[in-house]
Amino acid sequence: MPSDISRTIEAVWRIEAAKVIGALARMVRDVGLAEELAQDALVAAIEQWPKEGVPDNPGAWLLAVGKRRAIDRIRRDRRAQEKWHLLAEDESEDAPEIPERDAVDDDLLRLMFTACHPLLSAEARVALALRLLGGLTTDEIARAFLVPEPTIAQRIVRAKRMLKGIPFEAPRGEERAKRLPSVLEAIYLIFNEGYTTTAGENWMRPQLCEEATRLGRILAHLTPDEAEVHGLVALMELQASRFAARTAPDGEAVLLLEQDRARWDRVLIRHGLAALAKAEVLGKRGPYTLQAAIAGCHARARTAEETDWVKIAALYAALMQAMPSPVVELNRAVAMGIAFGPEAGIEIADALMQDGSLRNYHLLPAVRGDLLEKLGRFDEARAEFERAAALTRNGRERELMKKRAAALMGSV
Amino acid sequence: MRFMVMMIPDIYKRPVPGDFTPPADAVEKMGRFNEELVKAGVLLACEGLHPPEKAARVSFDSDKPKVTDGPFAEAKEAIGGYWIWQVKSREEAIEWARRCPAQPGDVLEIRPVFEPEDFGPEVARQERELMEKIGRNK
Repeated sequence: MPSDISRTIEAVWRIEAAKVIGALARMVRDVGLAEELAQDALVAAIEQWPKEGVPDNPGAWLLAVGKRRAIDRIRRDRRAQEKWHLLAEDESEDAPEIPERDAVDDDLLRLMFTACHPLLSAEARVALALRLLGGLTTDEIARAFLVPEPTIAQRIVRAKRMLKGIPFEAPRGEERAKRLPSVLEAIYLIFNEGYTTTAGENWMRPQLCEEATRLGRILAHLTPDEAEVHGLVALMELQASRFAARTAPDGEAVLLLEQDRARWDRVLIRHGLAALAKAEVLGKRGPYTLQAAIAGCHARARTAEETDWVKIAALYAALMQAMPSPVVELNRAVAMGIAFGPEAGIEIADALMQDGSLRNYHLLPAVRGDLLEKLGRFDEARAEFERAAALTRNGRERELMKKRAAALMGSV
Repeated sequence: MRFMVMMIPDIYKRPVPGDFTPPADAVEKMGRFNEELVKAGVLLACEGLHPPEKAARVSFDSDKPKVTDGPFAEAKEAIGGYWIWQVKSREEAIEWARRCPAQPGDVLEIRPVFEPEDFGPEVARQERELMEKIGRNK
């Protein structure tokens, strides 16, 4: 199967785009302009490489063209004359080398933090990250998120406009600590978008998971001292490791505890556990690291029965400290129930009932029903299963809840 | 998409001494290449393999498997190492392979790895039928 030149150019773009955009952004101090210049370079490549062949150093080629376009534009736009001085410093007619490795890293880091700037909405960050860092086309992004292409195009245009004047920098120290969550959030949003549907429905979706994982790994390499970055990478790799086991042949979702563990991807598990170890060595565990640690407990158990539920329960307790949420508490109820018996679990589930925030969430009565059944309180359990059946929108789950309720008829 | 990329090094085409280790500068260059792959988020695995002198083969011709020790006279291409890369396309794997600091005479072979999506709906249907037969209805 011969490779055609356009797919090769696409591949080169994927490898080089972020570095080229980063270097140009550093030169012209404007991420939006840098991206346009890089696109110009890509167009030139599409025109010339089929005839001349792919250059030996494609990244340097693209950067050189981008720089020349920048100079052309600035010559034409008198108002941008001050930027001229920045370029004039290192202008040369020869193809510039791609900067030293550390400088490339700096550019990439600047690009990541800029694309994921907290000024931008989460959706805008996601679109911009995929565009600038992932090298995805607007069309690919639109297809992945099941949104019309013009919507994504507009989102990107608006995002670039908002970023005009924002210094192209990577924050350090305390500032970085404040800005990192918006970057991690954007990456994890991309991952979740890819994770929540099956491959059959939308072929772009697994690619999103891979893209997010790749961005996470790149960031981990650039900021090796940030525990939560490693934690996020670990979480994504461990979740992705279960991809093949998540869907039954008939297309329905398979619960984690019922999955065929032989189909879990051991390479990703190994990677994920290694990333988790890095995160834990770096100090206090944040929310991503804790979630990864929980995923790690499952990954290490060869069978569902071997799962260390005591550890998982403790991790959920820690997660409640770091990222309090009723859904986390519900998961803690399940873990406590398995680790220490249904009395431990029902206490927590009852408190959640009182709290009211999970009022319409079908898993609360489902969990409560299960615990009540184990405690022998069959009437109450049946009522809960029926409530769960009424609340869920998933046909299969409704059937399952109804079955469990029916099984308790006449068990008084 | 995943690809296994196998290095068929020139140096394993001829017998190598028992205490063979690759030269330091070649190792250093390869290390930097691997680091680029890690930085780009595409490297899933990589290992170097000892020469064929240390290998064993189990061949299945008749009903009894036969064991032979390396080196193997008939084998012209001995693998020196492999990577597993996670990339978007075959072309991206090829692009990365072109950047490998290989020696003259080295060859890289790029093979796509089977993934669940490759086993299309027909296999899914067969799997379902098999599951029903053995009485598991999940």
